[in-house]
Amino acid sequence: MQAIDFTIVLQAWPYLCSGLAFSLALTATAFTAGILLGTGLALAQHLEIPVLGHAARIYIATMRSIPLILVLFWFFFLAPVILGSLSPDGRPVSIGPTSTAFITFCLFEAAYYSEIIRVGLRALSRGQVEASQSLGLTTPQTYRYVVLPQVARTVAPIVLSQTIILFQDTSLVYVLSLTDLVGATSKLVQLNGRFVELYVTVALVYLTICSLASHCVAILKRRTAGHAAQR
Amino acid sequence: MDIQIADAEKSTTPRSEEPIIRLESVCKIYGEFQALSGVDLVISKGEKVIICGPSGSGKSTLIRCINHIERHNRGRIVVNGMELTNNGKDIAAVRRDTGMVFQNFNLFPHLTILDNCCLAPMRVKGIGREKARELAIHFLHRVRIADQAGKYPSQLSGGQQQRAAIARALCMQPRIMLFDEPTSALDPEMVKEVLETMKSLASDGMTMLCVTHEMGFAREVADRIVFMDRGAIVEQSDPATFFSAPSTDRARDFLRMIL
Ligand SMILES: Nc1ncnc2c1ncn2[C@@H]1O[C@H](COP(=O)(O)OP(=O)(O)O)[C@@H](O)[C@H]1O
Ligand SMILES: [Mg+2]
Repeated sequence: MQAIDFTIVLQAWPYLCSGLAFSLALTATAFTAGILLGTGLALAQHLEIPVLGHAARIYIATMRSIPLILVLFWFFFLAPVILGSLSPDGRPVSIGPTSTAFITFCLFEAAYYSEIIRVGLRALSRGQVEASQSLGLTTPQTYRYVVLPQVARTVAPIVLSQTIILFQDTSLVYVLSLTDLVGATSKLVQLNGRFVELYVTVALVYLTICSLASHCVAILKRRTAGHAAQR
Repeated sequence: MDIQIADAEKSTTPRSEEPIIRLESVCKIYGEFQALSGVDLVISKGEKVIICGPSGSGKSTLIRCINHIERHNRGRIVVNGMELTNNGKDIAAVRRDTGMVFQNFNLFPHLTILDNCCLAPMRVKGIGREKARELAIHFLHRVRIADQAGKYPSQLSGGQQQRAAIARALCMQPRIMLFDEPTSALDPEMVKEVLETMKSLASDGMTMLCVTHEMGFAREVADRIVFMDRGAIVEQSDPATFFSAPSTDRARDFLRMIL
C-alpha cells in the first residue's frame, strides 16, 4: 500500500465538487418538489377532499413502506416498460438514470414531507380557522394567509431534519452509476486506489454539511419553543 | 377619512322593521347529541341581547350557527335578509356583515396586531394596503391600543389581545357583533377594560349578541336577556324582570348559582 498522501485530494477536488453539486442539486429539487407535492397531499387528507384524500393516504402509505433503493430500481427498470406499453409502438421508453433519480426522489420525499405537514396541520388550533371564517376569508385564503404560514413555522425544524436525511440518501443514486459525491469518489478510487484519503475526505464533507444543518435545526427548535412559551 | 359604524343610522330607525336576525325552529345535532332543539329567536337592528345559561346549554352553538361556523341541521336562519343555506355566496355575505369575538381571542399569532386587522379588509373586501391601515388604526384607537399596532399578539396582555380581536372584527365594519364569553379567559383585572370597550360599542348602536356571565354588564347594556338550558330558550325578558322575577325555576336556580 502507498503512503498516505492527502495532496491527492487537491487534484481530485474539482471532480469531487462536481459530484457534490449534483448531490446538492438533487437535494434541492427533491426538497422543493417534495414540499409542494407533500403540502398538496397533506391538504387533500386534512380537508378530506373526496377521492383525492383517500388516494393521498394510499400513496403515502405505499411510499413509506418501500425502501428508497427499491423505488429507485422500480422506476429505473419498470417505468420504461410501463411507459412503453402505453405508447403506440409498444417499445420501452428510456427515462435515463438522471431523470429517474430526480423523479424518484421528488415523489419519495413528498410522502415523508406530507406526513410532517399533516401533523402540523392537525396541531394548529381549530380557532384559527374559525376566526378566519368569521372574518369572511375563503378556505383557500384561510390556508394561504393563516394556516400554512403557521404550520411552516412549527414544522420547519422537522422538515430540515428530514432534509438532512434526504441529503444523505441521495448517495443511493450511486446504484444508477450517477456521479454524486459518493459516486465521484468511488470512480476516482477505482482509478487511483487512494481510498483512505478520498473516503475520509468525503466523510468529512458529509459531516461538515450535516452538522451545520443540525445546528440550524437546534436553533429553529429553540425559536419555535420560545414562541410556543410566549403564547 | 370617512369611517363609520355601519349602524350609525340606528337611533332613527324604528324597531318594527324586518328583524336583522331571525331563527326559526333551529336544530343542531352532534352525532346523537341534540345541542339545539328548536330555537326561535328574533333580534331587531341595534338590539343588545345577552345569552346566558348553564355550561353545555348550547349558547356557543347558537351564536356559531348565526355566522355558519357551525351548520344547523334543521330550521331557518335569516341574517340581514339572507337565509343561511349551503349557498356559499349567502354565507360569505352573512360573514361580511357579522363580526365574531371568541373566548380565547384567536388572534393570528404570526401577524402583528396591525396585520391581524388588515388581513380581512384587504383579502375579503379588496381594500388597498394604505386604506386598510388607516381603517385598522382607526379601530385600534377605538379600543385604545393603537400604540400596540406593531406588536405581535403574544406580546400583549389578555385584555389587550381581546380588544385587538374586537378591533379586527370591527375593521370589516359589520352590522352585527357576536361575542362568545369574551371575558371568560381573562384575569379578573382585565375584564373591565374589555367590558368598557363593549359598552362603548353598544352605545354606538351596534347590534350585539353576547354570551356572558357578567351579570353587571348584562344589567347595564342588555335590551333583553335570553336564558338557555339543554339546547332550548327557556325564558327571555328585559334585564329588570329577569333578575328580579325570573319566571322559571331553572332560571332562578341558575341566578342563585352565579350571583
Ligand atoms: N363539535 C362538537 N361535537 C360534539 N358535541 C359538541 C360539539 N360542540 C359542542 N358539543 C356539545 O353540545 C353541547 C352544547 O355546547 P355549547 O354550545 O358549547 O354549550 P355552551 O356554550 O352553552 O357551554 C355540549 O353538551 C357540548 O358537549
Ligand atoms: Mg360556550
